[in-house]
Amino acid sequence: MSILVDKDTKVIVQGFTGREGSFHSQQCIDYGTQIVGGVTPNKGGEEHLGLPIFNTVKEAIEQTNATVSLIFVPPRFVADAIMEAASAKIKLAVVITENAPVKDIQMAKDYATKNGMQILGPNCPGIITADECKIGIMPANIFKKGNVGVISKSGTLTYEVSHQIAQVGLGVSTAIGIGGDPIIGLSFKDLLLMFEYDDNTDIMVIIGEIGGDLEIQAATFIEKNITKPVVAFIAGQTAPKGKRMGHAGAIISGSKGSAKEKMEALEKAGVIVVVSPADIGKAIKESMDKYIRVM
Amino acid sequence: MNIHEYQVKKIFDEYNLPIPKGSIINNYHDAINAAIEIGGKMWVIKAQIHSGGRGLAGGVKLAHSLKEVESLCKDMLGSKLVTNQTGPQGKIVEKVYIERGVNILYELYIAIALDRSIEMPVIIASGEGGVEIEKTAEEHPEKIIKIAIDPTIGFQDFHGRELAFKLNIPHDDVPRFVNFAKILYKIYMQDDAELIEINPLVKTKNGNYLALDGKMGLDDSALYRHRDLEELRDRHEENQVEAEAKEYGLSYVKLEGNVGCMVNGAGLAMATMDIISYSKGNAANFLDVGGGANANTVSKGFEIILRDKNVKSIFVNIFGGIVRCDRIANGILEATKNVHIGVPVIVRLDGTNAQIGSKLLKEANIPNLIVASNLEDGAQKAVNAAKE
Repeated sequence: MSILVDKDTKVIVQGFTGREGSFHSQQCIDYGTQIVGGVTPNKGGEEHLGLPIFNTVKEAIEQTNATVSLIFVPPRFVADAIMEAASAKIKLAVVITENAPVKDIQMAKDYATKNGMQILGPNCPGIITADECKIGIMPANIFKKGNVGVISKSGTLTYEVSHQIAQVGLGVSTAIGIGGDPIIGLSFKDLLLMFEYDDNTDIMVIIGEIGGDLEIQAATFIEKNITKPVVAFIAGQTAPKGKRMGHAGAIISGSKGSAKEKMEALEKAGVIVVVSPADIGKAIKESMDKYIRVM
Repeated sequence: MNIHEYQVKKIFDEYNLPIPKGSIINNYHDAINAAIEIGGKMWVIKAQIHSGGRGLAGGVKLAHSLKEVESLCKDMLGSKLVTNQTGPQGKIVEKVYIERGVNILYELYIAIALDRSIEMPVIIASGEGGVEIEKTAEEHPEKIIKIAIDPTIGFQDFHGRELAFKLNIPHDDVPRFVNFAKILYKIYMQDDAELIEINPLVKTKNGNYLALDGKMGLDDSALYRHRDLEELRDRHEENQVEAEAKEYGLSYVKLEGNVGCMVNGAGLAMATMDIISYSKGNAANFLDVGGGANANTVSKGFEIILRDKNVKSIFVNIFGGIVRCDRIANGILEATKNVHIGVPVIVRLDGTNAQIGSKLLKEANIPNLIVASNLEDGAQKAVNAAKE
């Protein structure tokens, strides 16, 4: 088991024939992901990467039974693409697109929720269940199979942490980038709960950053609902106030959204909070050893 | 993107949101004519810079005669204004806005921003208008009223009434206030604003609500559909180096330390600043070279980092993914030929083909180019090098 996706997951790609869409779809296929087709309006009936292209998501689902859509369309079309997927009853949209207008994502997420569709991202690297299924743009070779669940706002830190996990002799069950935008789909707490009930996951690591309060919401949630150990790192401990640090959502507004505030809340909730980004793997290993002894 | 007060007011005016009559000038010789055109017996002279706290810093002054208008404009134009938000270097005033003075009955504060925890716009208002709203928010949070607006239904009159009653607005004024708030929400949504703030919003003695000030931030990602707003960009107000970096696809923020950093990915770039601090040093900057780090972006990165004369060492921290480390190593080697660096460069490569990349760097035998074995080692070496 794992969460959200596995070797049986059938995936379509919206924005299949573009440069990014083509390159990363091929990488996913090479990993073993069941990409079953793509959607590019006006190219329906043609083939790409040896797979069928459809004009609409609805048509693609009817023909392929896909449940997940990987979205690469340019930012100005991304809300439309998400809502089309939701309307066609896709279960999970993985949105890689960066620089989407906040208002568009607000609307698209609202509509997706009404239609029972979950979203990862936007502006995220995607999701990978090690050795089974990769839906996104992450470098596959870094992820070794194991029992650590990874949830991160940042792409490169997902890789960094998964690499550290491998270095301490462990591996990941599922690793998920949730994105660093002001409004995102699935958040830490949603995914923590899925990991809590996943038999293949024994410990979770969350990588947060400055801006917003998802980490604080996670802290409250962990205290009440999570029994498995959680390790956390918050990036931007030395970031100045009022400055956007790369990600659209990574900004301390007034006194809100600082790393300190988040680290304190998580610590209070019993989470093992790591100060140095070099120590995350080590901390996971230590708490895992302790956890296993207790069990 | 932020815009100037006079530009915000022009937008307000286009949406029929009442503002005092005003005029923008950049030469004090035009001041008297502008004031005559505006009319009245009292004028407010306001420095147009992108910063709050202008009033306390002397950037907002009252004139009671045309002569005074002229002399205040003369003093203000070309002067340097240092507010609590500009930093000690301040900002040069290139334009002033002259506005008709009004008789104020009472002042309010009103703003609209995204509340990220509920993922909806929220109207924030207070009866305590005036300069120190941040202080009120901290010391008397109960005096700040917040009402979330679900964009599915948009702003309804009941939202406005709830605000008005909580603010204890006189009953006769409620309809006008509701209308004012409704227009403000419309502007927020239609123009893809991140924030609109009016402080103060005043009720005048002749019965109108007027926006005496106006601040507006726009969602950069939505500017493509607002060409007219994009034209309001004031390049003088933007950090020149940050803007230049952006043109090359780099995301750069200058900081106060002396260890320059070049990193791929925003999260790792922040974490790099953090580990430098953890190693008892201070980062000179945040710099994300993006996913596709190559010789060009790395060269530009070095060039930008080195404009900051405080930089004593540079920590290049790359986690190779799809872009392999051997290619990145070649990029770094090429960049060292293009740019005269002159300070120690510590490189940490990890991820795909990291060993091949590190070997390439070591074999190139470039003085002052140090290959670190891991993240911790790299940060420590960079901090030590900056201290020497």
